[in-house]
Amino acid sequence: MGRLIAQNRGFAGALLLFAALFLTYNLLHPRGFSSAVFVQNANESVAIAFVAMAQTVPVLMRGLDLSVGAVMTLSACVASYLLTGSALEISFGIVAVLATGTAFGLMNGLIVVYGRLQPIIATLATGAIAIGLALLLRPQPGGDVDGDLGWALTNTVWDFADTYGIADGGEAWWIRPFADIPVPLILLVGVAALVWLPFKRTVTGRTIYAIGSAEGAAYVSGLPINRAKLAAFTLAGFFSACAGLYLALQTSTGNADTVQAGAYTLNSIAAVVLGGTALAGGIGGAIASVIGALILRLISFYFRILDIEPLLQPLIEGLVLLLAVSAGAWRTFSVKNRLELFR
Amino acid sequence: MTAPRIKSEDKPLVIAAGFTLVILLIGTGYTLSTQGTAPLLQPTYLLQQLQIGSFLGICAAGLMLVILTGHIDLSIPATLTGAAMIGTAIGGPWAIPAALAFGLIVGLINGAGTAVLRVPSMIFTLGMDTVLRGVTVAQTGGFAPQDQATPLMLALAKDRFLGIPVALYVWAAVSVLIAFLLARTAFGRSLYAIGTRERVAYLSGIRTRPVIVGAFVASSLCAALAGVMLAGYSAKAYQGMGNAYLLPAIAAVVLGGTNVLGGSGRYVGTLIGVILIVLLNSVLSIMQMPEALRQIIYGVVIVVMLLIYGRGDRETG
Repeated sequence: MGRLIAQNRGFAGALLLFAALFLTYNLLHPRGFSSAVFVQNANESVAIAFVAMAQTVPVLMRGLDLSVGAVMTLSACVASYLLTGSALEISFGIVAVLATGTAFGLMNGLIVVYGRLQPIIATLATGAIAIGLALLLRPQPGGDVDGDLGWALTNTVWDFADTYGIADGGEAWWIRPFADIPVPLILLVGVAALVWLPFKRTVTGRTIYAIGSAEGAAYVSGLPINRAKLAAFTLAGFFSACAGLYLALQTSTGNADTVQAGAYTLNSIAAVVLGGTALAGGIGGAIASVIGALILRLISFYFRILDIEPLLQPLIEGLVLLLAVSAGAWRTFSVKNRLELFR
Repeated sequence: MTAPRIKSEDKPLVIAAGFTLVILLIGTGYTLSTQGTAPLLQPTYLLQQLQIGSFLGICAAGLMLVILTGHIDLSIPATLTGAAMIGTAIGGPWAIPAALAFGLIVGLINGAGTAVLRVPSMIFTLGMDTVLRGVTVAQTGGFAPQDQATPLMLALAKDRFLGIPVALYVWAAVSVLIAFLLARTAFGRSLYAIGTRERVAYLSGIRTRPVIVGAFVASSLCAALAGVMLAGYSAKAYQGMGNAYLLPAIAAVVLGGTNVLGGSGRYVGTLIGVILIVLLNSVLSIMQMPEALRQIIYGVVIVVMLLIYGRGDRETG
C-alpha cells in the first residue's frame, strides 16, 4: 500500500486535493449536496475530462497534442448534423462522429511518425486545419440534435430509464440504487474503464510509457515505437471526439468556436499536470488527468457559491494553477547534485 | 563541377524564401487576372504590410531566444496586452519605460519559474498568461480602457521617416540586436548550448539559470515593446489584443528553420518566417478568403513546408 502511494505520489496528491475541494464545496453550498447540482456539475466537467484524457496519451510519450480542442470542436460540428432521425441513424451518427475524431488523430500520428515532425508544431498546424473544417461545417452555430438522447445522456440514470421506458421507466427495484447517478459520469467512467485501462495493459500501451521514459532504450528493446506513437495520437483523437460528441449533446448545437477550442486545449494541459502526469513523459495516466480536469472545474464552481466577483475568476484560476505546479517544485531545492535536475 | 551545396542548416531559409516568392507570384497573378493591377508589387503596399507585420516580427524575435533554449513562452499574448494597457494608463513620458518594466518583471518571473523552480515552461508560462489576463480583466472590468496612446507611441507605430514606417526601424533595430546577441556574444552561444543539451552546457561551466532567465526576459521585453507599438497603431489598448500573436510567432520561428526543441536556428530564418506569414495573410485577405479556408491553408502550409524541410532525425537508431 505504502509503495503504491509512493509510486503514484502525484496522483495521490491530486486525488486528496479533489476530495478536499469536493467536500468543502458541498459543505459550503447553500443547499448542501443535492442530486440536481451534482448532475449539473458532472455535465459541465465531462467534456474537459475527456479532452484531458486525450491530452494525456501523447504527453505520456513526451509529446503534446495542441489539436485536441480543435478536434473536439470539429467532432461537435459533425455531431450537430448527424445526431438526429431514427435510432439507427443516430447510432450511425455516433459512430461517424467518433470515427471523425479518431481519423483526425490517426492523421496526426502519421504526420508525426512518418513525417518525423515535432508533435507540438505538427498538431499546432493540424489544429488550425480542424478548426477550418469545423468553420466550413458550421459558419454559424446551429444544428439539430435528438432531444431525447440529449436529455437522457445529460441527466440521471432515472431520467435515462424514464426517457426510453426501460426498467419500468426507472422504477424497477434493480435500478433504484443507481437512479441518482448522473449518466455523464457513467459515460466517463465507462470510456476510461473500457478503452483506457485495457489499452494501458497492452504492449502498445506499455510502449507509450517506455517511449516517455527513454525512447532510445525502448527502441533497442525492440518495442513497437511507431505503432505506439500512431496509437497514442489516434487515441487522443478518439477521446477528443468523445468530448465533442458530449458537447454537442449537451448544447444541442455545433459551434465552431475558435476561442473555446483554444481554451480547451490549454486547460487540457493544465489538467494533465494537475493530475500528476509528468510533461517529460513516462509517468501518470489518463485517470489522473480526469481528476486534474475535475479539480480545474471545481475551482470554477466555487465562484458560484462564494460571492467572488466573476471578474476575478481568471486571475484566481491562474494563481491556483501556478501555485499547484510550483508546489511540486520544492524538490529542486533539496537536490544535492544539480545534475539530477537535467534529463 | 558540382552545383553549389547548400548547408543543411540553411536549407529551410532557402525554401522559405522561395515559398515567399511563390506566394507573391500567386497573389500578383490573382490580382492581375481579377483587377488588372499588381498592388502586391508596389513598394507602398509592401511597406504597409511589413509595418503591420513588425509587431509580429518583434514578438517572434524575442520568442526565438526562448525556443532556442528548448523552452517556450506562452505568456506573450497577456504580456503584450498588459504592457499596452500599462502604457496607455500611465501616459506621458513614462508610458513606454513603465510598459517595458512590466515586460521585464514578467520575464523575470517566467525565468525564475522555469530555470529555478524547474516547472516545465509550457505550463508555467501558460499559468502566467492566465494570471496576467486575470489582472487585466479585473483591472478594466473586461472592457477596453478609455486611455489613449501617447504621442510617442503613435509615432513609433504610425509615423514615417524618409518614407519608411518608423515601426520598421524599430523592428530592424530589434533584429540587429538579437542577431548580434545570437552570433557574437557568449549569452547567444549559451542559448544554443543549453538548447542542445542542458546537462553538458552546465558541466561546461555555463551558468544555465541566468541564461534561461535572460531568454525569458528578452521574450517578455519584445512582447511588451510590440504591445506598446500595437497600442500606438490602434491608438488604444484593448482586451485580447495580443491573442493573434502567439501562434503566428511560434509558426514564424519554426518555419524559419529553428528547431522547436531548441539548439539550432538562425535569426535570418525567423525574419523570413515572419515575412512569409505576413505575405500569406495579406494575399489571403486580397483573395477575400473566408476564415475557414484561411485556417486550413495556414495549417497545410506549415505541415507541408516542414515536411519539405526534411524529416527530423529519429531520436533512436
